[in-house]
Amino acid sequence: MSDITSSGYVRQDLLAERPAPVKTTGFVGLVRTRLLNSPTNILITIVSALLLWFTIVPSVRFLFVDAVWTGTDRTACLTENTGFAVGACWPFIQAKLPQLIYGFYPEAERWRVDLTFLLAAVLLVPMLIPRLPAKGLNASLFFFAFPVVAFFLLLGGGITGFGLSWTAGLLQLFDDSIIGAGQVLLSLSKTSAIAPLLWVLGNLIVLVGTAIYWLIFPLTWLRDQLEGTGQSIWTDFAITTVVVSLIAFIVSGGVRTGWRPLASSIVTFVAIAIVIKLMGLDHGGLPVVQTRLWGGLLVTLVVSVAGIVTSLPIGIALALGRRSTIPLIRIFSITFIEFWRGVPLITVLFFATYMLPLFLPGNFTVDGLVRALIGIALFTGAYQAENVRGGLAAIPRGQSEASAALGLSWWKTTSLIVLPQALRHVIPNLVNSFISLFKDTSLVSIVALFDLLGSLRASFADPKWSAPSTLFTGFAFVGIIYFLFCFGMSRYSLFVENRLNAHRRN
Amino acid sequence: MSTEARKPPAQIALKIRRVLGGKTGWNGIAVQFVFAAILGWIGYEIVSNARANLENQHIAGGFGFLRNNAGFDVNQTLISYTGSDTFLRVFVVGLLNTLVVSVVGVVFATVIGFIVALCRLSPNWLLSRVGEIYVELIRNLPLLFQILFWYLAVLAALPNPRQSISLFGIAFVSNRGLVIPRPIGESGFEAFLAVLAFGIVASLALRFHARRALFQRGQVIRIWPYVLGLLFVLPLVTTLVSGVPFTFELPQLKGFNFAGGSRIIPEFVALTLALSTYTAAFIAEIVRAGILSVHKGQMEAGASLGLSRGSTLRLIVVPQAMRVIVPPLTNQYLNLTKNSSLAVAIGYPDLVSVWAGTSLSQTGQAIEIIAMTMGIYLLISLLTSAIMSAYGWRVSRSLGA
Repeated sequence: MSDITSSGYVRQDLLAERPAPVKTTGFVGLVRTRLLNSPTNILITIVSALLLWFTIVPSVRFLFVDAVWTGTDRTACLTENTGFAVGACWPFIQAKLPQLIYGFYPEAERWRVDLTFLLAAVLLVPMLIPRLPAKGLNASLFFFAFPVVAFFLLLGGGITGFGLSWTAGLLQLFDDSIIGAGQVLLSLSKTSAIAPLLWVLGNLIVLVGTAIYWLIFPLTWLRDQLEGTGQSIWTDFAITTVVVSLIAFIVSGGVRTGWRPLASSIVTFVAIAIVIKLMGLDHGGLPVVQTRLWGGLLVTLVVSVAGIVTSLPIGIALALGRRSTIPLIRIFSITFIEFWRGVPLITVLFFATYMLPLFLPGNFTVDGLVRALIGIALFTGAYQAENVRGGLAAIPRGQSEASAALGLSWWKTTSLIVLPQALRHVIPNLVNSFISLFKDTSLVSIVALFDLLGSLRASFADPKWSAPSTLFTGFAFVGIIYFLFCFGMSRYSLFVENRLNAHRRN
Repeated sequence: MSTEARKPPAQIALKIRRVLGGKTGWNGIAVQFVFAAILGWIGYEIVSNARANLENQHIAGGFGFLRNNAGFDVNQTLISYTGSDTFLRVFVVGLLNTLVVSVVGVVFATVIGFIVALCRLSPNWLLSRVGEIYVELIRNLPLLFQILFWYLAVLAALPNPRQSISLFGIAFVSNRGLVIPRPIGESGFEAFLAVLAFGIVASLALRFHARRALFQRGQVIRIWPYVLGLLFVLPLVTTLVSGVPFTFELPQLKGFNFAGGSRIIPEFVALTLALSTYTAAFIAEIVRAGILSVHKGQMEAGASLGLSRGSTLRLIVVPQAMRVIVPPLTNQYLNLTKNSSLAVAIGYPDLVSVWAGTSLSQTGQAIEIIAMTMGIYLLISLLTSAIMSAYGWRVSRSLGA
């Protein structure tokens, strides 16, 4: 075997080092491959850079460099007084900040708004962090307990009764309406062509109404007795606690399995009692602040949180109705959803403001804010219904068939098997709807409610601050607030989406 | 001997049950009965309350007020309108204003949206960032905020008519709106219009013929010189023969305002700007998603067939992307139309503003007016979704799915 080193076809010396390949990663690589790799690209890069230069630099100059930071009125923000082209007029925001956040909420009572914001944050933050436990308790606190507490905290006022008297009052109203309808039919039967039919129908309805009257008589009697005594709220509360807890105990299986629901029901009522005692609801509560004094960010957040809390149940109910096999319910759901989705929100708000009061009994006035809330809840509910329906459609048929095979009823199949999976599927869509709801709350300023945008517009009317740059300053400030909220929500929805699709990532 | 198949028993009860109660049978019928009773009760309550309330407020129901004189002016009308016209005419004026702002907004939004989508898809890093900033910024601010920003801050900051910004001496921008030259028809106008119409029809026919030839016989016909001739040269010749079709009346500054020309009111400008930039951000995302939904292999296959990048996009990628783009795109058009109702915030005389705003406060006929407003928007929505279902059916049929 000959020596390898002497063979002619094996290279004897080392190759000269080649230069490193062109870098395609890192900043230099980015510049080389995606900014300056061809003449067209160089041109595009220059144009984009100019575009950014002419938008970002003036904005930064306006917001920080040329801004005026201190002052007491418009003179501080006039070019004649400062000697340079004035940018943002921040003293304007300082002066108007209370109005932008609280509206005309009385100054002495603003701690209530702060406390509500704090409560909301304390409940919301743990709910949004997936790693933290007790999501069910947290969600039920946020969606059921918080709205009630916030209502009494923000509006003030107390309660004069509890479960028993409310139920009695509601049933009585319903019964009165039935008897009224029957009597209208009876009076019509004197003149109409189909008189006998109307007479029979009217008498039947009146009969049903009278039967209901005697059926609920113990309840109304008890309420009237309670109202006679001084301690009506707490007696009423005790009776409600006992009745509801007993119902929970019996419905969930009695002696065999009912102890847990009984305990949780009693705990809930104790908590409610503590809240009532703490806020003094049994003797008048906090001083009442009318909603027409509310304004600014407070109204924006109240409207959006109320919209979120109310639209979800409406949406779920409508989505289930739309998939129902019962024709009338399906037709009703489809009509309802398509109607609200087909009209602009502003007409819905006009409807709620001008038309809704006409549909309610004459002695029954609804607050302006509540009217807008009703409109927004119906409108957003229809959109949420379509989101939820998408989730329901994504659940394979086998899931409900399997639960049917296990002998679960429709309600149990839906609430334990189908809905939890469906809702988890559509969390990003729901959050996107919440973003558009948050943006849409600005529309309530058109029906004379002073939300963040409405307060901003009102603050422009102040002659004390009418300087050329206050307009842009106000828009910049409010725009930043809106942007932070919406951008935060959209990032959160992306985060959830990534988390849900973790198994699809590679 | 053959036995005839027996007919199945006529299960009339079963059929009735199916029709009335769905799959749930008698249970379903019971539920429906209760549901109908509740609906009937709510309906009865609404009607009786409304009747009582209207009686208390001394308002006569019905649509008779449509024939009354409106008695207020509208500052932008496409059809002739004076204060002595009827409320019905106000309704039509408002509807036309809504439609015109929607159509103009849709055109601009589509153009800006496609441009921004192309920016975001661009291989140039900086340009795609610019597109991204635009989309994120616009999508995360409320539309009403943007409308007010354009109207109160930007347009109001423009100079007054005397110091207006001149665009080449023919159009003028000021805080009173945009003034542009107005075309005035001359003697050759009819002939010009007729020839132009003929040119458009003939070009469309040519294109149809060329596509048929291409698809059926594989024959490539070059039609663009003929189209150019039909659309430009022919009208030009007509102009030379029968005289100038129209002249422009240039706006002149007289005193404190402009005389002559047509004025586009600032409300229209602000609304169109805000609507089209806002919707464009959503359209950009839709277009981007559509183009990204086409598999990368399609682009590569086009390249391997020797098509240029432009041809591959035009002939292969975009037609496939359109299937994904068109349904949400129509949704955005519909959203834009519905969002144009925000005009009421800045006083642009659209349907909601002049009808559900001014007319409602003048007549107090809340139920009729709001029902008509909602009805017309609902009609537009339902018509669009009907057209979209037809389109979806056609697309799925043409794909053989």
